[in-house]
Amino acid sequence: MIEVQVKKRLGGFDLDADFAAPPGVTALFGRSGSGKTSVINAVAGLMRPEAGRIEIDGTLLYDRARRIDVPVHRRRIGYVFQDARLFPHMSVDKNLAYGGSHDRDRVIAMLGLGDLLDRRPAALSGGEKQRVAIGRALMSHPRLLLMDEPLSALDAARKAEILPWLERLRDEAGLPILYVSHAASEVARLATTVVVMEAGRVMRAGAVAEVLSDPAAVGMIGAQEAGAVVRARIAGLDRIDGLTELALSGGRIVLPGRLGGIGTHLRLRISAQDVILAREKPEGLSALNILPAEVTALDEGPEGVAVGLACGADRLLARVTRRSARALRLAPGLRLWAIVKASAVAPDDVGGAV
Amino acid sequence: MTDWLGPAEWQAVRLSLKVSATAVAASLPLGLLCALALAKGRFPGRQLLNGLVHLPLILPPVVTGYLLLVAFSRQGPLGALLEPLGISFAFRWTGAALAAAIMAFPLMVRPMRLAFEAVPPALEQAAATLGASRLRVFVTVTLPLALPGVVAGAILAFAKAMGEFGATITFVSNIPGETRTVPTAIYAFLQMPGGEEAALRLVAVSVALAMGALLVSEWLSRRIARRVAA
Repeated sequence: MIEVQVKKRLGGFDLDADFAAPPGVTALFGRSGSGKTSVINAVAGLMRPEAGRIEIDGTLLYDRARRIDVPVHRRRIGYVFQDARLFPHMSVDKNLAYGGSHDRDRVIAMLGLGDLLDRRPAALSGGEKQRVAIGRALMSHPRLLLMDEPLSALDAARKAEILPWLERLRDEAGLPILYVSHAASEVARLATTVVVMEAGRVMRAGAVAEVLSDPAAVGMIGAQEAGAVVRARIAGLDRIDGLTELALSGGRIVLPGRLGGIGTHLRLRISAQDVILAREKPEGLSALNILPAEVTALDEGPEGVAVGLACGADRLLARVTRRSARALRLAPGLRLWAIVKASAVAPDDVGGAV
Repeated sequence: MTDWLGPAEWQAVRLSLKVSATAVAASLPLGLLCALALAKGRFPGRQLLNGLVHLPLILPPVVTGYLLLVAFSRQGPLGALLEPLGISFAFRWTGAALAAAIMAFPLMVRPMRLAFEAVPPALEQAAATLGASRLRVFVTVTLPLALPGVVAGAILAFAKAMGEFGATITFVSNIPGETRTVPTAIYAFLQMPGGEEAALRLVAVSVALAMGALLVSEWLSRRIARRVAA
């Protein structure tokens, strides 16, 4: 368990963040300039807060009241920076060994670094650099890993290359991770817990499926980015039409592409703007994914109404205009049909389950 | 080579090399420290230190030499203090080295400071998160990345020390075999009737040494820069 409480006057606002992170990946999510990076810099010891307290698994790293401030190099916190920060005058092998050689062989195998060891950082692609930076942090045997938008400097192809490595890291290393991001798709794919920040403050914190499917959180996450995370199991493959059939707790949906073998568990982000609502079960519709659902909550914002839905044990999120909300007479408890556009789920939104 | 240069000239060249090498070697640790403090340090008196380091560049060399003479003569405050320890600078080659070191100091510190300033603090932070103490960060990250500038500063200081004249002749005079370096020897030959030829030979040696130092510095810097960046 990581407990963070930091206060500091920053340029544009006052940072005043207070949250606890359970094991797993905790995403610090918010727009740029919301203070996410300042929070993890304080955790690493690179920025000294004016007040607060930082504790990891019972070890105090900073406590203003008790005048405790462990120096950076004694905190044993790995940090993967946005820009990798590899040492340009050392080979990949030397970079990796700089902080120690904890679990060396497994780290090299897990991140696929074996072929890169003799190279210099200048000869690596952006994605390779980030993988080396992750490996270097892991080999220093940290008790916590900080990642500051490790994918933001990469193009879509490199992102797609790194994401599976991060999923393996989450599932295999058993190391708590604080992950800064402003991309909802990354958060949905990787995080177990989300801490939503705005102007230096924590607006919302909780389990990823709960926060991302909460209509009240849509305003903080951004209407375009909002979307719920569901768990699914691959129930069938249609090789002729190139489709994958997924079993959700509340029904079945079909997605294009081959997403894995039968029986594989996935987590899937379903964007709020790709869910359509109907009072009657629609007939003769090209979309194949029609799920029974119940309205759990409504939240009216400037751009429309966010609708929280229960679909079996999963939660979905939909966005409709105010006029549609009136026409459908939406209210908590109403049973209706949620239609998910099959082509709407981007490959980036499909990830391995925890 | 020995045939070409007369014994007195050869003596001056050897002495100059010894004086300059000693000056650079002895002032290098302090130079590194000053460069580092000026580049990375935030402390009161930083501007004062900066001024002190650059002072010999601006003061007339004869003033620096005279101040050294006042401070380090047998009766001077520092000279009297060091005398019982067996350390003496007045009218000795060590005094020539001291004068050369002080005169060359600003030229040594400046490239080193610029090189330290150019090392990204981001890399030093990354090293600290990997468990490296400040000393280890300096030795393994800051210094290697700043090495081209450090080498350039040392070579520039060596070249400057080879050419030091004003402060040296004021402080330790022009004693053959003890304090007569190449520049003071050239001056002495020019004062002597028929000494022009010897003076010209030493001028040629000076030009060759200066060019050599410049070329070596360029070559080393490029080599190190390649090793660091590639």
